[in-house]
Amino acid sequence: MRESGLRQAFRHGALIFASATFALPLYLAFVAATHRAADLLSGVPLLPGGQLGPNLSHVLVRGLPNSAPVTTLMANSAVMALGIAVGKLVISVPAAFAVVFFRFRGRMFAFWLIFITLMLPIEVRFFPTYQVTAQFGLLNSYAGLVLPLVASATATFLFRQFFMTFPVELADAARLDGSGPLRFLWSVVLPLSKTNVAAIFVLEFVYGWNQYLWPLIVTTSQHAATVVMGIQEMISAAQSFAVPQWNLVMAVALLAMVPPVLVVVVMQRWFVKGLTAGIN
Amino acid sequence: MRRHPRRRKPGGLLLASTEGATFRGKFLPYGLILPQLAIVAVFFLWPTVRAVEEAFQRTNAFGTGARFSGLSNFINAFSVANEVSAVEVTVVFACLTTALAMGAGLFLAVQVDQVGRLQRVYRTLLIWTYAVPGAIAGALWLFLFEPGLGAGARVLVDLGVKWNFALHGVQAFALIVALVVWQQAAYNFLFFTAGLQMVPRDVVEAASIDGASKLARFWRVVFPLLSPTTFFLLVMNVLYAFFSSFAIIDIVTQGGPGNATTTLVYQIYRDGFQNGDTGLAGAETVILLLIAAALTAVQFRLLNRRVHYR
Repeated sequence: MRESGLRQAFRHGALIFASATFALPLYLAFVAATHRAADLLSGVPLLPGGQLGPNLSHVLVRGLPNSAPVTTLMANSAVMALGIAVGKLVISVPAAFAVVFFRFRGRMFAFWLIFITLMLPIEVRFFPTYQVTAQFGLLNSYAGLVLPLVASATATFLFRQFFMTFPVELADAARLDGSGPLRFLWSVVLPLSKTNVAAIFVLEFVYGWNQYLWPLIVTTSQHAATVVMGIQEMISAAQSFAVPQWNLVMAVALLAMVPPVLVVVVMQRWFVKGLTAGIN
Repeated sequence: MRRHPRRRKPGGLLLASTEGATFRGKFLPYGLILPQLAIVAVFFLWPTVRAVEEAFQRTNAFGTGARFSGLSNFINAFSVANEVSAVEVTVVFACLTTALAMGAGLFLAVQVDQVGRLQRVYRTLLIWTYAVPGAIAGALWLFLFEPGLGAGARVLVDLGVKWNFALHGVQAFALIVALVVWQQAAYNFLFFTAGLQMVPRDVVEAASIDGASKLARFWRVVFPLLSPTTFFLLVMNVLYAFFSSFAIIDIVTQGGPGNATTTLVYQIYRDGFQNGDTGLAGAETVILLLIAAALTAVQFRLLNRRVHYR
């Protein structure tokens, strides 16, 4: 079916308008990050300037007042995101495997115990979880940043959904071969789950990197902060100058959004597949 | 791919398919599941029990003693000390952002689906905002709409708006809603795009042979076929508005002016951390838990009705 040129023109017009609206805040942030702070006082210039390098190196090496250099914050973010992604995989694959391929006493109970956590994102339970984490002396530590976020069962749920699609013959064959469950997990299930493992790793990395509320309350030392939550302190620091240092804040914002945006854009087709597998 | 007929088993909602080959082992399954259970017990169950306990207690000013206080914390949580309650703000906020973000996402997904060229380019240009961390999105928009300085703020003033969201609650609320829609429209676009790809072409063609107009065809044929995606997104958008909006609110408005943008999560943060009222924060956590549980139960039902078997 062919559409009239007018109709197609309308569609392109709507899409271009929407794309531009989506991109405008990003473009202005980029322009701001390429100028001196004083250049922004009379409004954001239309075109980029030449200060991107100096601004980036300023925030990466020196940082803003009252916060650590952005290199430190980015490293903390990376450790936290990697810790969450790896931690989730390490505990969720065996748990999902046990639930799907074993029959054992208390299986239903264990299952419900895990899956009930799906209802409790960290934002629901942050206050009591903070108290418990503090009791363990885990404030300002990587363990305190990572462990409470590893607990959520999203990954376990996705792996369970995936394992349930395995044909029965697969496990039967393994049993007839006389290979035990661990061998089956290692040499059959894991190789078949490669794409899912990678997709969930990416998903959880972005989830970890983008965390705000949890690092905000668990870290009090500026050297333990992550870049996403650190932006808050930087905004107030930048605004306290006679000439607000928005150029530096925007440079930090660009740095902080590069990893998650890059990952999602590069992997978009795959991402759509992985995301919709669960709901249809 | 074949869609399995829905089945109900006494085993319960979630354990739909477990027949078939299973291994036997006395200790191994427990060993495999133990790490997850341990972490769930320490960082989920214990905190939740504590929250419930604290919700029924009142701590003295020094935090040294607590006594049973019945429902008083819950009554305080709902009392109208403020102009608008956090529950009201959260509900209105969730309804508005969900309707707008889903509407925009669906509209854009249909345009990309029907546009002849450049589909992939448009798709890339429309999904990236979803990956931007909420706090960073907040920083970008704060820079745009900072009263007197921001580029967007200047445009609004030129248009005759007395723009100062630090003073006007309605403006602050509108700004947060717009910002959430900017982020969440991309998420909805992503899922509607995938949903549209799975609508069978022959069904649509059949309707067009019947002579239905393009718009009628969409609403009567295509849209009903999208309903699994629509329901899923409905729940996800509401969850986002309830929980994940914290970062945006904390960066842009800190819940203000007054209580204009104070959602339930933000209220807990204020009461628990800024005012140190553990009982009140506990009661609010319990209320939020109940809401989250209800939303998740709905979502589970949807997820479990449609499991793909390959």
